[in-house]
Amino acid sequence: MKILVCLKRVVDYNVRIRVKPDGSGVVTDGVKMSINPFDEIALEEALRIRERGDAEEVIALSIGPEDCQQQLRTGLAMGADRAILVTAEAAVEPLAAARVMLKLIEREGTDLVILGKQAIDDDCNQTGQMLAALWNRPQATFASKLELADGRATVTREVDAGLEVIDVELPAVITTDLRLNEPRYVKLPDIMKAKKKPLETLAIADLQVDVTPGVQVETYEPPPTRAKGIMVDSVEALVSAMRDKGLLG
Amino acid sequence: MSKVLILAEHDQAGLNPSTAKCVSCAAELGADAIDVVVFAADASGAAGAAAGLEHVSRVITVERAENSSPLAAIIAPQLATLGADYDYVLGPSTTFGKDVLPRAAALAGVGQISDIMAVENPQRFQRPIYAGNAIITVTAPDNAKIFATVRVASYRAAGESGSAAPIESASVDAELPTHTRYVELQSGSGDRPDLQTARRVVSGGRGVGSEDNFKVIFNLADRLGAGVGASRAAVDAGYVPNDMQVGQTGKIIAPDLYMAFGISGAIQHLTGIKDAGTIVAVNKDADAPIFEVADIGLVGDLFEIIPALERALGD
Ligand SMILES: Cc1cc2nc3c(=O)[nH]c(=O)nc-3n(C[C@H](O)[C@H](O)[C@H](O)COP(=O)(O)OP(=O)(O)OC[C@H]3O[C@@H](n4cnc5c(N)ncnc54)[C@H](O)[C@@H]3O)c2cc1C
Repeated sequence: MKILVCLKRVVDYNVRIRVKPDGSGVVTDGVKMSINPFDEIALEEALRIRERGDAEEVIALSIGPEDCQQQLRTGLAMGADRAILVTAEAAVEPLAAARVMLKLIEREGTDLVILGKQAIDDDCNQTGQMLAALWNRPQATFASKLELADGRATVTREVDAGLEVIDVELPAVITTDLRLNEPRYVKLPDIMKAKKKPLETLAIADLQVDVTPGVQVETYEPPPTRAKGIMVDSVEALVSAMRDKGLLG
Repeated sequence: MSKVLILAEHDQAGLNPSTAKCVSCAAELGADAIDVVVFAADASGAAGAAAGLEHVSRVITVERAENSSPLAAIIAPQLATLGADYDYVLGPSTTFGKDVLPRAAALAGVGQISDIMAVENPQRFQRPIYAGNAIITVTAPDNAKIFATVRVASYRAAGESGSAAPIESASVDAELPTHTRYVELQSGSGDRPDLQTARRVVSGGRGVGSEDNFKVIFNLADRLGAGVGASRAAVDAGYVPNDMQVGQTGKIIAPDLYMAFGISGAIQHLTGIKDAGTIVAVNKDADAPIFEVADIGLVGDLFEIIPALERALGD
């Protein structure tokens, strides 16, 4: 079995996001970039499946600027066997990303695709579902547990009402939630080894997929700030402040 | 003449409140018709409730055995087919809507706008990115078909209209896959007030310390008739089930009152409570970031403060 994992390069989750004063975007210059945390969990899951002997190869794919090589190298250091970078200068919307992924799935003959349920930059939560639709295969989104047996996957999903279990036939697309696993740390020797692993680069234009954006982003704004609150120094003062606001009626 | 189709969320018996919130968003689109579709084995309960909502022109029921569980692989092809006659196809940004809508959009060959929080005009929308730390305004081209999810915390539920819209049953010609089987739902927090609609929510974080200690949070919530929420750290540590998680990857809520006990206030948590009316925070660390957003803050040990609070509330 071959597993494809998608790794998006995003602003690290610890960075405080600032909108540029001219509203043209968020500040990314000199800001730490990382693998989208959900995608890192996807890669960890794929590696565990391979380490159990249920898969032969884990391929890491990233779509974006040349700099995505850094995240792919990290993915290779974690244990991916090889990497593919599809270079794109302009932002790639989820539908376009799904089309690119499908091209590579068809080329590689992939049996399982694992990716994050959302990227922490655009928070879209779309790509896995769109890929499954275009591929005409099952989707198991928001996975917190994944078991493979007899060409099927049993997936526990984190849904609003609790935990939902579904059972899907492979090939399938799985999107990860945070509690699926805890990704491993990369060790220095692995970083050295990763430098020798294959990283193939393709230009998005050469894949002949439609990447026309569906919407245009007009402006970026900081969110409205909440009015400054008060600090109280006793439970009595807390209760009376809550009563004043009519919250205990 | 523009038309909106809303994907109803329901539990086979009743309508989920997220549907009425989608209706409120749809009402801002200046459309001539707002239809709600209920995919179910038996749609009567949900359809009846949807028909009573203001702004709703018509409820369409698609009843078949396969629609007895909320599987995206089954519902999306039907939604895409039915949606072909509409300008907008909307669903809630709940786990159900997030699962189904993108799949339907891709089948229809179009992208999706996630988490609409405001409609500027029928082509122009605001949505949050970076866990709500930036808001973008996006424009769709004229005459483009729009698939979108609605950030339910941004909208009030549509009220009752007083007269019922017509309910029509439809059969949709879409091929349904057999590759996906529904197994079960293990529901988490049972019959407490629903987090996403509760007017008051009491939440606990890692500071609560254990599953057993969480009783103090539940007790206070019971006193206030509140729903119970939690931080990711509390869920990860196994104090409470996952469906109680509030935040970027949990629920985005907008209660009148949110009380946070032993929660530090990470941005991923705060994004879930930005729309709360009043945020009360209790934390023993005076420098905890939660105090930057709290309307009322009290520094102290939650295990001393909660009992004192219950006493002060009297009977
Ligand atoms: C991609 C991503 C998504 C995430 N999504 C979410 C999400 O949806 N929701 C979410 O909550 N988090 C989310 N997180 C995690 C988030 O970053 C924080 O780790 C988490 O919110 C911390 O939870 P906490 O505040 O309970 O724990 P901590 O940060 O450990 O804070 C515990 C607090 O309790 C206080 N405390 C301890 N004992 C007491 C006491 N006796 N009385 C009073 N106060 C006490 C401490 O002073 C401290 O401030 C996400 C993280 C990532 C990377």
